[in-house]
Amino acid sequence: MSAAIPALALQDITVTFVSPDGGRYTAIRDTTLRVAPGEFVSVVGPTGCGKSTLLNVAVGLLQPSTGRTQVFGAPLDGLNRKAGYLFQTEALMPWRTALANVTAGLEFRGIEEGQAKKQGEAWLQRVGLGGFGERYPHQLSGGMRKRVALAQTLILDPEIILMDEPFSALDIQTRQLMENELLELWSANRKSVIFITHDLEEAISLSDRVVVLSAGPESHPIGEFQIDLPRPRDVAEIRLTPRFVELHSLIWGAMREEVLKSYARQQNK
Amino acid sequence: MPGNRISRSLRFWQVALFVALLVVWHVATSPTLLPPIYFDNPHKAAFFFGEPLKVLERIWIWFSTGYIYSHLWVTLLETLMAFVIGTVLGLGMGLWLALSPTASALFDPYIKGFNSMPRVILAPIFGVWFGLGMASKVALGVTLVFFIVFFNVYQGVREVSHTVLANARILGASNRQLMRHVYVPSAMSWVFASLHNSVGLAFVGAVVGEYLGSSEGVGYIILQAEGTFDINSVFAGIVVLTAFALLLDWIVTLAERRLLVWQPRGGETEKI
Repeated sequence: MSAAIPALALQDITVTFVSPDGGRYTAIRDTTLRVAPGEFVSVVGPTGCGKSTLLNVAVGLLQPSTGRTQVFGAPLDGLNRKAGYLFQTEALMPWRTALANVTAGLEFRGIEEGQAKKQGEAWLQRVGLGGFGERYPHQLSGGMRKRVALAQTLILDPEIILMDEPFSALDIQTRQLMENELLELWSANRKSVIFITHDLEEAISLSDRVVVLSAGPESHPIGEFQIDLPRPRDVAEIRLTPRFVELHSLIWGAMREEVLKSYARQQNK
Repeated sequence: MPGNRISRSLRFWQVALFVALLVVWHVATSPTLLPPIYFDNPHKAAFFFGEPLKVLERIWIWFSTGYIYSHLWVTLLETLMAFVIGTVLGLGMGLWLALSPTASALFDPYIKGFNSMPRVILAPIFGVWFGLGMASKVALGVTLVFFIVFFNVYQGVREVSHTVLANARILGASNRQLMRHVYVPSAMSWVFASLHNSVGLAFVGAVVGEYLGSSEGVGYIILQAEGTFDINSVFAGIVVLTAFALLLDWIVTLAERRLLVWQPRGGETEKI
């Protein structure tokens, strides 16, 4: 990685949760993760390995027990104002129309209504929802709601985009469409991305770098892989290239043991 | 509109049932149509149960002479004021207590106490405090409406989706904006869910208040009629009150439809 200041640096992060009855659970231990400006990094790992916890630390929703978070060299205090966050579950305000959801961030920043609307319409257009601005979230399909959420985050032009399994609830076709759209939007205006997923194929086809986390509790990175596939990519087609298959078996080799561990642990519960 | 889907034959039977009930009522209470079965005097049935034609006639006289309008106006105004004041207070208190754990812990036993108290019993006290005019009825209605709205707002704020809240914060909402754009809309959906209840209770508060002591309002008419054993007027008052309760309920339904467009309704299949 270059010597330049990383867009986001998580340094020796440990997160221990204490339950009201005194039980302790360490989700993440001694994890260091750096993302360069404009870099697309995926974090993969078996279920329950603290991937979302890591992201919540990065956005400032969660204080780590130990460790430091730096955003463009400055220590993070409170919420990460340079970051946008795409949630795994429904995060749209159901009482706002698609357009009003997209422009919410602009409204919170006090941007004049007419201009916010114009920008919002343009973003809806860009995510393929032109003309759907007056619909409420419940009147949209799951894929459309994700597009609205994507526009809602990207309209604020965040320097760092954090995504927590954003497409996991979508069917495979919609998912590949959304992945291609995401790549297109990202390459037009490269920002730093941390993309959390449990789907290795998704991680490889999108990223510049894939970080593999061990099974929880006490997750930590156990491998890091540069993805040297050429861009622009088509997520469906790139899966058929020899280099993809090679990378896949390489990373899967590192992951398999952890996945089995996590599976065994869940079986024993 | 679901009303359109009710089939014609169902409507017919609903009306037929209504007419049949009126006929039975009429036949059973008329002094001449049936020989007295239960009462020794043929006029006693009419004395206790009224006569539908006379009830209708009374209602007609009330409306045609304009006698009832001022009383209805008073009752409706009391209902409206109780509803608005109770809702505003409930909304304010609900938001405050739901967002402030300290205040919530402090007030908890009092809220529970006041809520379990049969609050109609406050009517005489309000009569002493606020006099026999409209204020005491409004106060009674407010105590009834307040708790419904309060508990719903409290619940609504507590049940705001954590993801929606976190998302709004990350999008840059200040605490005040969170209140306005997340907590209040979420709480309002619960308030609207209880709107039928709270409007109904505001009406109850007004009528019961009038009935317990007043100089105007539909409750007062009923109280007067009862005092002179004018059972037909009592029934006429009840019919008028019921009709207006239904009217209020209908207005609430319309308001709900407008204000909660963002909520999915059962059976709605409008997707793309």
